[in-house]
Amino acid sequence: MAAPKKNENDLPDKLHVWPYLVRLEFLCSIVVMIFLTVWSITIDAPLEEAANPSKTPNPSKAPWYFLGLQDILVYFDPWFAGVVAPVLIIVGLMLIPYLDVNPKGNGYYTYTERKVAIWVYAFGFLVLWIALIIMGVFLRGPGWNLFMPWQYWDPHKVVALTNVDLPYAFGFRDYWMSSLFGGAVVIGYFVIGTGVYFFTERKALKSVGFMRMFIKINLLLIMVGIVIKIVLRLGFNIKYVWVTPWFNI
Amino acid sequence: MATKPNIPNFAEIMNDIKSGKIFSDIAKQITESQIWTSSFRHGYADTPRNRVLQIASNVWLHLHPVKIHRHALRIKFTWCMGGITFLMFLVTVVTGVILMFYYRPVGEYAYYDMKYLQYDVPFGMLMRNMHRWAAHSMVITVWLHMFRVFLTGSYKPPREFNWVIGVFLVTFTLLLSFTGYLLPWDQLAMWAVTVGTNMARATPFLGHEGPFAEFVGVTSRYDARSVLLGGSLVGPPALLRFYVLHCILIPLIAGALMIVHFWRIRKDGGISGPL
Ligand code: HEM
Repeated sequence: MAAPKKNENDLPDKLHVWPYLVRLEFLCSIVVMIFLTVWSITIDAPLEEAANPSKTPNPSKAPWYFLGLQDILVYFDPWFAGVVAPVLIIVGLMLIPYLDVNPKGNGYYTYTERKVAIWVYAFGFLVLWIALIIMGVFLRGPGWNLFMPWQYWDPHKVVALTNVDLPYAFGFRDYWMSSLFGGAVVIGYFVIGTGVYFFTERKALKSVGFMRMFIKINLLLIMVGIVIKIVLRLGFNIKYVWVTPWFNI
Repeated sequence: MATKPNIPNFAEIMNDIKSGKIFSDIAKQITESQIWTSSFRHGYADTPRNRVLQIASNVWLHLHPVKIHRHALRIKFTWCMGGITFLMFLVTVVTGVILMFYYRPVGEYAYYDMKYLQYDVPFGMLMRNMHRWAAHSMVITVWLHMFRVFLTGSYKPPREFNWVIGVFLVTFTLLLSFTGYLLPWDQLAMWAVTVGTNMARATPFLGHEGPFAEFVGVTSRYDARSVLLGGSLVGPPALLRFYVLHCILIPLIAGALMIVHFWRIRKDGGISGPL
């Protein structure tokens, strides 16, 4: 008495949680617990020698889930990489539902109906967060230098620091002129970026609203700016774009 | 039973397995046995009313609605990631309480209590491993859960606020993991937390190495970082602070937020789905 093939559409839309959901949760928990138990029997949690404040390991790494942020430290000063960036990530994530007003794609997987949103999130999550973590865990060795997996972690490796600041690369030698130039570049980037966005999306202004569009584009510009800074540093040996007596970017 | 035993042939057995008859036969054997009938005074009739009561009159299960949309059951939709995150949290609560019986957050003892746990306490190593790996898993599963919620657009109205609660939850998950990282009081712990908390020194206005600190007058002994550590470096006071945060304050906050999270899922109309 083989069961006849069921037609999805003939089935009721609502199901009882008992047994249909509860049994799924139960099975899922058992599988996960078996996995976790086997893992815990076979691999021991690390325990190194006792804490010793006078013996700094090289490299000193934050817990793996923060290594993306630690890697950003190469390109930005601690006040940005360690404080402002995390705050912006948290606040930016919280704002997502209020900034993304596209009503489509609510409750189902779709790429075509919300391409930009998916690209931005996937880029932030997979590249700026996950890829940097993988790099931090496996490729960053002593002195926070990059080592390929087959290379020996030489604690005496010396990497020539030939970085200059952006205004210097453009020929500015005077401190205050450099500072003005750097400020103009950074502020100009945000002003022009915002302006271009508002111009190309001017039709949306009425339905989406000024505040929403303004916050959205500036968060996006910051995210892209981080990538630009990484490229400037790695490709063109630029250290800072904007140097002031109080902070450097 | 003197008749000739009825030996089924292979085809019949396969048929019984396929139709499920064999399972109902086994179930019958068990539930009609003397041991079963003497233990359970009455059976469970699989009626719609009983299905509802199973959920509604059970203090643990009534977190669920009694009925849900068919699509909400699909593992391909939820990846089960929110549920697994919660399971990982529960595992860390149970194993963490066991670890607390043996661990003292004091500079002189902490590291040796870890050694004791590993080598002398029965199942101590297993408890420590499960606690650590569940904590790491929770970090990964909560990120995947978030990614899934984003890809299905489930943060869109009416679920905006539950997404905001979720962002708090992912933050507290990371803080839970980070505060726990210090407790073994070994080299790995001390220096990872040193690197992590060094950032607080650079907090604008509030850290002594941060921009504009000179206008506020913070010093290395009195700034955002020293409040976190109870001193100017990662020493015994930091260990005690992180212990209290890790075992009491953050779990309470995260637990409370999870309750709100689950409650909002129901109030927002259950798991999102195509309308
Ligand atoms: C400790 C962390 C968390 C736990 C235990 C948790 C648990 C859950 C569970 C069990 C569900 C039911 C559906 C599912 O399993 O996917 C769910 C749904 C949901 N979660 Fe979480 N969650 C956590 C963190 C987060 C985070 C970080 C976010 C987003 C920033 C989030 C946003 C949501 C939303 C919007 C829903 C509704 C999804 C829908 O209707 O399709 N949660 N959560």
